[in-house]
Amino acid sequence: MSTIPEELSYTTSHEWVSNEDDVYTIGLTDFAQDALGDLVFVNLPQVDDEVVAGEAFADVESVKAVSDVFSPVTGVVVEVNEDLLDAPESINEDPYGAWFVRVGEVTEVGELLDAEAYAAHCEQEA
Amino acid sequence: MKLLFERSVPGRKQAIFPELDVPEVAFDEGLLRQKAPRLPQMAEVDLGRHYTELAKQTHGVNDGFYPLGSCTMKYNPRVNEQVAALPGFTDIHPLQPEATVQGCLRAMHQLEGMLAEICGMDAMTLQPAAGAHGEYTGLLLIRAYHQHRGDTARTKIIVPDSAHGTNPASAVMAGFTVVAVPSNAEGGVDLDALRAAAGPDTAGLMLTNPNTLGLFDPSIVEICRIVHEAGGLCYYDGANLNAVMGHARPGDMGFDCVHVNLHKTFSTPHGGGGPGSGPVGCKEFLAPYLPGPRVVEGEDGACGFDQPEQSVGKVRSFYGNFLVAVRALAYILTLGREGIPEASASAVLNANYLAHMLAEAGYTLPYGERCMHEFVIDCGPLKAETGVSAMDVAKRLLDFGIHPPTMYFPLIVHEALMVEPTETEGRETLDEFVSMMERILDEAHTEGEKLHGAPFDCPIGRPDEVTAARKPHLRYEFGQEG
Repeated sequence: MSTIPEELSYTTSHEWVSNEDDVYTIGLTDFAQDALGDLVFVNLPQVDDEVVAGEAFADVESVKAVSDVFSPVTGVVVEVNEDLLDAPESINEDPYGAWFVRVGEVTEVGELLDAEAYAAHCEQEA
Repeated sequence: MKLLFERSVPGRKQAIFPELDVPEVAFDEGLLRQKAPRLPQMAEVDLGRHYTELAKQTHGVNDGFYPLGSCTMKYNPRVNEQVAALPGFTDIHPLQPEATVQGCLRAMHQLEGMLAEICGMDAMTLQPAAGAHGEYTGLLLIRAYHQHRGDTARTKIIVPDSAHGTNPASAVMAGFTVVAVPSNAEGGVDLDALRAAAGPDTAGLMLTNPNTLGLFDPSIVEICRIVHEAGGLCYYDGANLNAVMGHARPGDMGFDCVHVNLHKTFSTPHGGGGPGSGPVGCKEFLAPYLPGPRVVEGEDGACGFDQPEQSVGKVRSFYGNFLVAVRALAYILTLGREGIPEASASAVLNANYLAHMLAEAGYTLPYGERCMHEFVIDCGPLKAETGVSAMDVAKRLLDFGIHPPTMYFPLIVHEALMVEPTETEGRETLDEFVSMMERILDEAHTEGEKLHGAPFDCPIGRPDEVTAARKPHLRYEFGQEG
């Protein structure tokens, strides 16, 4: 059973989001990293890039496949976790610590699930 | 096994040169290297043994069964090699006068015509050097077509989610944005999703038919109509042409351009042995954009070159991998009009026989037992029951001298094993494969844990792919003495 922290929000495409003073931090869930397997490469956007809710803003590569990471919000990237580039394994080791980007100037938030609803969603997909 | 550098003995050498019979030239000091290159020093016999040892560790069609799905690892008849080795084909130069290479030009022209006929196209180019290169070339044609009409709003290429990874990659390389459409429950394109995706921004659709699940999409005519009505063009990825050649033509299904993989369907070397070749064909209205120069036949019957008016330009030096084209021509001429459809029919028969036998054995076939030239096994249920994954099954097959099927593809089946036997395997080989698969299934149920350690009899067990990808060693590291 994967870890699903109570205080975060989730997407059906397995990203987690936290909102602090209207800056949204985005990462991949424990369920996602487990399904993808050992990650070996991460492609990140740059600061000032625009992201759109429901559209891919990054991708991750495992030995099996490359997968898109979708943005839960529409806004502008204000910070990028560049440490991930050299250490993609941190997403496997600490999915809720290994954030991808922080997004500000958010104009739209896509449909988000709370921890309980996301757990049910994972149950369905497993 | 030891590397060449580890076999090296200082001062040992093999080459015995003849006495110098030309004047010695003194090079400028600045041009000379200060330190000798660190090349292995060894005798020819040891070098020979090293490469023979390496060769023993490989697996090719000459070693055993190679059912690598979507790759069409068929046997390549020796006669292709004999023909391609004829001096008239090998002792030439791409810049020599056209009048002196009429035979070579004729061979290219003839192959183009035959491939165009097999695909239902009007014109071909042999330039692209591989499948994805062909995709890229085809997309350049589509882009040029829209641009010459002044329609610059068409920026999107529609790709089904069962597509080869090269399709979206080629589309992005050609400057398009990719729109994925999902598959329906039967494994075909979801028509409603396609209708929703197609519009004034659609440049085209890329489709493999039969698709990577080994299924011929029964809605193919409708699919092409939807895209055409939206103003887009249809691109046929010929990766799976081996299932339909001689029976159904992409051009008749509604496609506007195609690529074919000579190294798959037309029996030229493949998989480390290349080089590949991915000729692109198109309907007449796209022909003005083809890469040039093209081989044309003049009124006097002589062949020469012609540059298409609005050509997208060269996509490769000279005329593509010419000797690969010669092999494909030899193959097509050997099989002839009757043999080509017979080959694909046998490929489909072999795949259906294997699908049926493996389903009987207890493997799960998520899209049923009927297929075209390949099919997908889902090891998900096996993994849930025994813990044995598609990876474990694949690794265990290595112990039996069989190249595993394609693993974990297509992505829409999570524990996929994709099996493509091809038409060049006899019934005995297929039955032997089935009995090995039965044995693995039996082992999974009785000693599943053990299979996580397979293979047991190979020179290399399970390479650490994760570390290799995260921290690759890309060159030999010399010790202190180096």
